[in-house]
Amino acid sequence: MIESLVLLPTIAAALVFATRSRRLREGCLLGTAVAHALLVGALAASPPAPSRRAWLGLDPLGLLFLVIVSSLFLLVSVYTVGYLRREPEHARGDLEEAFLFSNEPAPVFVACLLLFLATMSLVTLSRHLGLLWIAIEATTLASAPLVYFHRHHRSLEATWKYLLVCSVGIAFALLGNVALVGAAAGSVTSELGLDELLRAAPRLDRRWLEAAFLLFLVGYGTKMGLAPMHTWLPDAHSEAPSPVSALLSGALLICAFLGILRAQQVLDAAGAHEVAASALRGFGIFSMAVGTLFIVRQRDFKRMLAYSSVEHMGIVALGVGLGGAAAFGAMLHALSHAFAKAALFLVAGNLLARYASKRADDVRGALEAQPASAALWLAGLLAIAGVPPSPLFLSEFAILREALAVAPWTAAAFLALLAIAFAAMLDVGLPMALGRAPAGISRDPEPATALGSPAALALLLLVLGLALPLPVRALLEGAARVIGGG
Amino acid sequence: MNSLLVAAAGLVALLDFRLLGGSRLVPIIRAAALQGALLALVSVALRAREVELGFAALALGSAVIKGYLLPALLLRALRQVEIRREVEPLVGYNLSLLIGAAGLGLSALLGARIAANAATSTPLLVSVALFTMWTGLFLIVARRKAVTQVLGYLVFENGIYGFGVAVAGESPLLVEMGVLLDLLVAVFVMGIIIFHIQRDFSHIDVDRLALLRDVDEPAPPGEAP
Repeated sequence: MIESLVLLPTIAAALVFATRSRRLREGCLLGTAVAHALLVGALAASPPAPSRRAWLGLDPLGLLFLVIVSSLFLLVSVYTVGYLRREPEHARGDLEEAFLFSNEPAPVFVACLLLFLATMSLVTLSRHLGLLWIAIEATTLASAPLVYFHRHHRSLEATWKYLLVCSVGIAFALLGNVALVGAAAGSVTSELGLDELLRAAPRLDRRWLEAAFLLFLVGYGTKMGLAPMHTWLPDAHSEAPSPVSALLSGALLICAFLGILRAQQVLDAAGAHEVAASALRGFGIFSMAVGTLFIVRQRDFKRMLAYSSVEHMGIVALGVGLGGAAAFGAMLHALSHAFAKAALFLVAGNLLARYASKRADDVRGALEAQPASAALWLAGLLAIAGVPPSPLFLSEFAILREALAVAPWTAAAFLALLAIAFAAMLDVGLPMALGRAPAGISRDPEPATALGSPAALALLLLVLGLALPLPVRALLEGAARVIGGG
Repeated sequence: MNSLLVAAAGLVALLDFRLLGGSRLVPIIRAAALQGALLALVSVALRAREVELGFAALALGSAVIKGYLLPALLLRALRQVEIRREVEPLVGYNLSLLIGAAGLGLSALLGARIAANAATSTPLLVSVALFTMWTGLFLIVARRKAVTQVLGYLVFENGIYGFGVAVAGESPLLVEMGVLLDLLVAVFVMGIIIFHIQRDFSHIDVDRLALLRDVDEPAPPGEAP
């Protein structure tokens, strides 16, 4: 049954690639997204029995990430259908420089979108570290054409950086796989099955194991956007079309993080917890600092959102590194950041379409010109900054409380960086909504397809923040237990 | 048997120097291809006693893909873009060779330490693999063309493969196949992107792909198409 989560989007992608009909293409995209979400819902309601020695399987940690990927993809695909209809089919002038460019053909774009879903599902289902590596590299390859949707030289530059930096980064994770086999040499079968590794963990060679973890952290950390390996991230997120940015930021980054968490599981089982924890804490705080630094006075609002993702990935890594109650906080943070950041990127797409500029200085008076998008923009900014009733407030609070108990200096740095990021995001984002809209900006009402998905995401955040529903809490607690949290 | 292995490892290291010092694109693409194929054959030689059919087929497939398909993809990209065939290094050839020599020394030291802690029968191969990774990473940062960066990525991958052969023994066939497939698709996609870079910028020099930045600066001269 779980194989169909990967097969279904793959088959749909082949179908989309073969057909020229727009209706069939949209039907395939939406139908697959809905079927995928329903399947995931069914799996969450009655998890399949874990089978040992299987390459694919679903544990609570994988389930949480699968739920995030699937629900986000459903909402983003609804937005994408409207987005593609609004995009002109023929060559047009560029917004920032005067030259003509056209879009990638829609069949290629939608097919890659579906393949992206298939590969991300495979990441969450992998119970074998070799397969996991293949799946994570495949997400890069499936999403590179998505970043290059607007075929001009800036998106090309972003795509090249994305492809090369991530491929080389993930090559380090492959080296991590090799080191893990080296750690297992002699004591267990030289397989990379997660369950075998977890069982044999106490007999693994410690030095090889620690080297493997650091290689995984650097390798998958590149893809996750941890500083200082995050260099591809702001370019790819700002140049990709908005629905793709939403998926990259909300779903892809945490899929890469899952690779690190799997390695951490093995280290925990081997009794080398402290190595993993301190490395995650260090990278976490550093990523928060770098992300925050670049949010301050950022001129491009999509780049601001991208750097905010670097910051929030830092928070998630820090939470897992702290362990205990913070591990639960980190899982909640991964979930709510995905929804909040996706909503913000989708709304940023609406603003970009109306104002024809990614410069925050050019966007003024959005509340007047497009009140619905502007209201969602403000709500999203407050949510991502962790203002109650945002669920990010709950998760950051959980992480802060654990930090105070375990590492007070880390807690101080955490709090200071959160405060700076809060002020800096509002400093850039508030003036965009307020004031008077420049003359020549249309005040027409916005299409429902552009508002439905971000509004639904905002509503989900509100529900999560006001009263964490019991099934969600159980899901998060299950995931936190897998990575050694309480 | 063993002397053959030493010769193969030595040849891989020599090819690294060829890659570092080579000034023309086509020969160094061939050098990287030969290196990949050679390492695939080494993996068979190391298991000469109990070669299974599946394993032999995989090694053969790996040799064909790395020795023939990947370079063919890169050479096709080169033909399509009709660029000048010089490497155009950011770091000169002589300095590259010197840095390579330093890398070889470090790899030998580190390799000996790693081999002492591993269940490996071929300590020499560990050092050579580390040196190959060093060469690959160096090519990625010190060469100007997009093609050379892809080449550096392939050489880095060769090094990882060699390291795996030396210290990790065999991994499951399916995983090896998946890794190969990813590599193939990656080079294929990169080849397409190189074609587009050429079309949009009329060059494939990645050091001039520098428009995206956080502070506003005038674009480098001669940039906008």
